[in-house]
Amino acid sequence: MNDVSIDTGLATATPRQLAWQRFKRHRLALASGIFLLLIYTLAFVCEFIVPYKTDTRNVQAINAPPMSVRFFDMEGNFHLRPFVYGYDMKVNDDTWMREYTDNPDKLYPLRFFTRGESYRFWGFFEFDHHLFVAGQGGYVHLFGTDQLGRDLFSRVFYGARVSLSIGVVGVVMTLVLGVLFGGLAGYLGGLMDRAVQRMIEVLQSLPTLPLWMALSASLPVEWSSIRVYFGVTIILSLFGWTTLARQVRGRFLALREEEFVVAARLIGAGKLRVIFRHMLPSFASHIITTATLAVPGMILGETALSFLGIGLRPPVVSWGVLMQQAQNYQVIVMTPWLLLPGLFVVLTVMAFNLMGDGLRDAADPYSTGGQS
Amino acid sequence: MRSYVVTRVLGMFPTLAFISLIVFIVIQLPPGDIVTSTLDRMQAQGVEVSAEQVQNLRAQYNLDEPMPIQYLRWAGGFITGDMGYSYLFARPVNELVWERLGFTLIITISALLFTWVVALPLGIYTAVRQYSIGDYVLTTIALIGLATPNFLLALILMYIGYEWFGISIGGLFSPEFQEVPWTWARLRDLLSHLWIPMVVVGLGGTAVTMRILRANLLDELNKPYVVTARAKGVRPIKLILKYPLRIAINPFISTLGLLLPTLISGEAIVSMVLNLPTTGPLLLQALLSQDMYLAGSFLMLLAVLTVVGMLISDLVLAWADPRIRYE
Repeated sequence: MNDVSIDTGLATATPRQLAWQRFKRHRLALASGIFLLLIYTLAFVCEFIVPYKTDTRNVQAINAPPMSVRFFDMEGNFHLRPFVYGYDMKVNDDTWMREYTDNPDKLYPLRFFTRGESYRFWGFFEFDHHLFVAGQGGYVHLFGTDQLGRDLFSRVFYGARVSLSIGVVGVVMTLVLGVLFGGLAGYLGGLMDRAVQRMIEVLQSLPTLPLWMALSASLPVEWSSIRVYFGVTIILSLFGWTTLARQVRGRFLALREEEFVVAARLIGAGKLRVIFRHMLPSFASHIITTATLAVPGMILGETALSFLGIGLRPPVVSWGVLMQQAQNYQVIVMTPWLLLPGLFVVLTVMAFNLMGDGLRDAADPYSTGGQS
Repeated sequence: MRSYVVTRVLGMFPTLAFISLIVFIVIQLPPGDIVTSTLDRMQAQGVEVSAEQVQNLRAQYNLDEPMPIQYLRWAGGFITGDMGYSYLFARPVNELVWERLGFTLIITISALLFTWVVALPLGIYTAVRQYSIGDYVLTTIALIGLATPNFLLALILMYIGYEWFGISIGGLFSPEFQEVPWTWARLRDLLSHLWIPMVVVGLGGTAVTMRILRANLLDELNKPYVVTARAKGVRPIKLILKYPLRIAINPFISTLGLLLPTLISGEAIVSMVLNLPTTGPLLLQALLSQDMYLAGSFLMLLAVLTVVGMLISDLVLAWADPRIRYE
């Protein structure tokens, strides 16, 4: 990095450039941002990334453990092209459970950017290329399979698309509600302010999960997947907007008396121009930060509801739906890899929290930066 | 102070009334009611039901009255301590609720105590030893704890308990203590099972509280009065415990209000995973079978629990922090 240019550029740097410089100083926040960008991209093109569709069954591998990608075979020979070993299945005499071991005779090389199962890309057009597939008529299950022999790796990334987008769609709805109510309360004041304040107080004193449960249980069973998806998102944002509304209200109240706002009003700027041109930019960064920190709540909420079986329902695949399979005690002990979607939830939520912290410091023009 | 207490307590009632309205609307939302689901079941068994019988059934459950009357009947009953009748279990809701709510309270309160007992020393440690290895390790654990859904944590503990220790985790009592009257042995058995839900429910809150305490303490530690005290030669431990901590600890009380809804939510879902006899699993069952009095009473009681908890936290904060003005 060029330090000199930063030093000389400080005087002329725009607020956005300054914020970016402060954000870059947070290594963890930056890394989280890159991680999120990566996983959102992967989820966006998941049909191409994964080798199978969500409902493709491999009857040779029921409840099979994750495979490892290898470069050395059992004789110790090096292969330039990575490969996996197929399963050797044996039923345990005592427990009657399937047990899988690596089969050295079934060596399946991984082929990249090549033809595999055909799918409809984004539901629009037929396509059959994948990032990787197993060659020689073999199969590859990097995360293992479930009790129907479906590839968990593929399902995790299809699930990522649903779970991650629910976070974003939910937060957008939260933003709309929060800015609307907070803005109304802060700008109009008086009776409106008191009513909104009261409503926020009531909503914040409710235990969210039981209420979410009650609301999702009331989604009709015959609803299509897409309607349930939006229903669940609305339910999640219905209780989530209060924090944001409080912030927006506080900002509006404080800014209303600021000199630059008064000046703008005196020059004769219209109400909307004052709000959108002068007031909103000065707290947009706070809104973005709060929105970032609100995404994890949405993702965790969806996961919890689907896990309980009252959120999204199969055949829709989300991280919560995937973990629902692991609800049962025996299942966890026999097939612990079914908990892998949980790891993705934890990583994503952590990344959002870290990035939100970094954004918060970057957005604050008085912060010294670097201190977490 | 007294007038503050009075206004705060009185202010609770409109809130509760508003909440009861929300709860009533929410439990009315599912299409159909208990009569339609009973009818479905009877017709599935081949029993013919006449329109007259349906009417009688509706009248019996007071379902033929207009909604406002139904609400008043429910809310009024709630105030006088009669929460109605559970169609699902064919028992008065009161009986069902009280045997479950106790355990919810036990788990929530013990999780809260766990949160405080763990977060206080760790928060102080991470602030005083900022940027030490211990600080980084604890901060990382807190970050992970914050990001882990508590049902996942419960599942992982179940797995570890079975794989490594060969014990099955779950329930609040061993089988032999399930249905016996209270004795010391049963209490000891309860305590030996209680720590898992306590840790699982409390961990997320512990992470938050620890971070808040650390941030607040760090703010205080740089203030001139601390520097002065240090320059005077006050012993480090006494210095921290006597002055900055007393200010930094206020969020412990004030975040209680925010912590409680989270704890109760966490308790509900963890109970379903660990199969605990608390309100959570019964609430889900009641919701799914549209047993509205039961579901409504649970929702309402959990809300009352939260509101009362927040009231207590506000009052304690007003008592503990002299800077708070009584309006």
